[in-house]
Amino acid sequence: MSVQTGERVRVMRSWEWARPVRPVRREVLSALPELEEGQPPLLFVPGFGHGAWAYAEHWLGHAAARGFPAYAVSLRGHGGSDPAPEANLRAYAHDVVQVAAGLPRQAVLVGHGAGALVVAHALARYPARAAVLVAPVLGGWATFGAALRRNPFGTVPAVFGGRLRLSRRQLFSRGLPDADARRYAARLGRAARRAQWQLLTGADPEPAVGRPSVLVLGSPDDRVVPSSALTRAARRYGSAPLLFPGMGHDLMLDARWQEPIDAILDWLVKNPTRDDRA
Amino acid sequence: MPTPTEHGRPDPETTTLAHSRDGRPVSDRGDTVCVIGAGASGLTAVKNLAEHGFGVDCYERETGIGGAWNWRHDRSPVYASTYLISSRPFTQFPDFPMPDDWPDYPHHSQLLSYFERYADHFDLRRHIWFGTEVVRVEPVADDRWDVTTRSTGGYGPERTSRYAAVVIANGHNWSPKLPRYEGLEQFRGEVMHASSYKDPAQLRGKRVLVVGAGNTGCDIAVEAAQQASRCWHSTRRGYWYAPKYVFGRPADQVNDTLLALRVPLRVRQWLYHRTLRLTVGDLTRFGLPKPDHRVYETHPIANSQLVYHVGHGAITPVPDIGRFHSHSVELADGRQIDPELVVFATGYLPRFEFLDAKILGDDEGAGRPRLWLNAFVPDHPTLAVAGLVQPDSGVFTLSHWQAVLFARLLRLRATRPDRAAAFAKRVRAGAGQRYSGQVKDSTRHWFEVGHADYLRALERALRNLEGK
Repeated sequence: MSVQTGERVRVMRSWEWARPVRPVRREVLSALPELEEGQPPLLFVPGFGHGAWAYAEHWLGHAAARGFPAYAVSLRGHGGSDPAPEANLRAYAHDVVQVAAGLPRQAVLVGHGAGALVVAHALARYPARAAVLVAPVLGGWATFGAALRRNPFGTVPAVFGGRLRLSRRQLFSRGLPDADARRYAARLGRAARRAQWQLLTGADPEPAVGRPSVLVLGSPDDRVVPSSALTRAARRYGSAPLLFPGMGHDLMLDARWQEPIDAILDWLVKNPTRDDRA
Repeated sequence: MPTPTEHGRPDPETTTLAHSRDGRPVSDRGDTVCVIGAGASGLTAVKNLAEHGFGVDCYERETGIGGAWNWRHDRSPVYASTYLISSRPFTQFPDFPMPDDWPDYPHHSQLLSYFERYADHFDLRRHIWFGTEVVRVEPVADDRWDVTTRSTGGYGPERTSRYAAVVIANGHNWSPKLPRYEGLEQFRGEVMHASSYKDPAQLRGKRVLVVGAGNTGCDIAVEAAQQASRCWHSTRRGYWYAPKYVFGRPADQVNDTLLALRVPLRVRQWLYHRTLRLTVGDLTRFGLPKPDHRVYETHPIANSQLVYHVGHGAITPVPDIGRFHSHSVELADGRQIDPELVVFATGYLPRFEFLDAKILGDDEGAGRPRLWLNAFVPDHPTLAVAGLVQPDSGVFTLSHWQAVLFARLLRLRATRPDRAAAFAKRVRAGAGQRYSGQVKDSTRHWFEVGHADYLRALERALRNLEGK
């Protein structure tokens, strides 16, 4: 349950009304269960540089096999979506809310990496059934410090508007065959410059609407998100993180990809949704 | 999905210990909240109450959702060419955006499909009793309400249920307001209210007089300009006809840019007048009367085509009607015209015939409730009216936040009675407050609100209620 009750609700949004986000064509990949089992749809949101393909490798199919309609969107400028070099976090959150509201039923939002920050922003604009933040990069100077220490050559160019580069060793554990790691790394793109900067300077997400339960999970051996950041993120939503030791940052692509997705689906099955409580 | 359309559905939560004043059994629905109407405002009330953990029973007299926007309903005022007059960002529910590949001003059929998707997405239909109309709503002890329903049309038994709270969302655009004119009974031509106008074929080849310069009146005049053999457009006064686009952007988005910059009303009025002067031009040159008021002092008219057709001679602007003769109409300036068809686009009045008018503070029975934030009822903390607003923008955003505020109030009644009591005090003190600049005195402006003024007041109420 969200503990952000100290924050204020925002009703007036003159700027957003006056300047709506420009529409783009968005790539949405999906895997649907053969039989409708009454489970809520899942919408997976990839992190910066990743596209919907990252989930299509394993997680979409696995979720569908366990009865969950599974969708993944590519944020604008990523994967098969239209290019958007001037995009900001608001445009990314808009993409997520648009796809979520277009699903037949109230969706669970699952965000990975900086995609978790996008989901946190989207939660303020769409009453998700629940949310899952996987190895969340919620931004801020601490994240920047960790990134500088671990990967200075990948991080410094981003400060000047270049691409934020993550190395294979940050993203994957040694358990993943080298050929796979190389193949995935070759598919990485980049987020828009302004969105990258907003990781540092952007405003905190507004309080979530509709009281969704939020699960945070990650790996203590993640070389992008330190454990302390995971704990902080989980505390923000009033829980403790679920940990998967020995895995890299890209939990959905790493060798043991099945463990985290099974944990997410188990949590969704056990977690009483609002309807059951009412 | 089960759809509760029949009376007598066995309901395990219901107990029938209480009795109504006239001795009929009352099923006690506990903490459940009753919502009257499944139009836009009713749906968002159902959604937000359920989201805040309340059980909800919604009664809808028709067999589908959408209220005014469901053209299949006999009380729907929409006609074939109804398009939105506020652009998408102002029209959609704040937490369920319309698809961004839709046009700036969607068609009414798109709006209905939007509500259908809203209802399916949030699984709202399981709360709705279709084909059921509300006959009576009566206050009982402990701020609770007895709601008596029956099948639409009046057959079948009546059934009374007791609720913790009631949201009235029965709409205010279905009961036509017809002005009185001398001699109207003798007039031999055809007379209709805009509520029965559905299709331009009704105008084809006729000499048509359209009365009223609301957005509907202007739409019908524009259609008559293209279909009828002659079109007169009668208005009480000169108005500001705002185009739907200025500077290549929806006009309301340009306007809200100024609101976002907190430009004061007087300056906005001046800028608006300048812009209209530059884009639409001097309307008196077309024979239209000069507006006797500043812009924002009457409900805005968003119509780019009216002036265009006036400029082509297809619409003849005329003043108010003086009286009717058997085959002609005498105008206020003494001129005589001979229409075959008169369309009264003279608006609608709200009606709450299931409720004692005094409960809503309408002591004279004039039909005008006295509420705070157009929604909250003094001395009845568990009753709210949703969507009884006429904003210079979309209604649904306003209805959404009314519902959120009411749901949080109901929740705090249990957990923080002190805050709920403070809220009740504010309701009593603020009843009848207006949320717009000065407007012309007319039933048309009873519920007129400026969307920014109104939403800011609502935001303040929400923060006060929660002590933030």
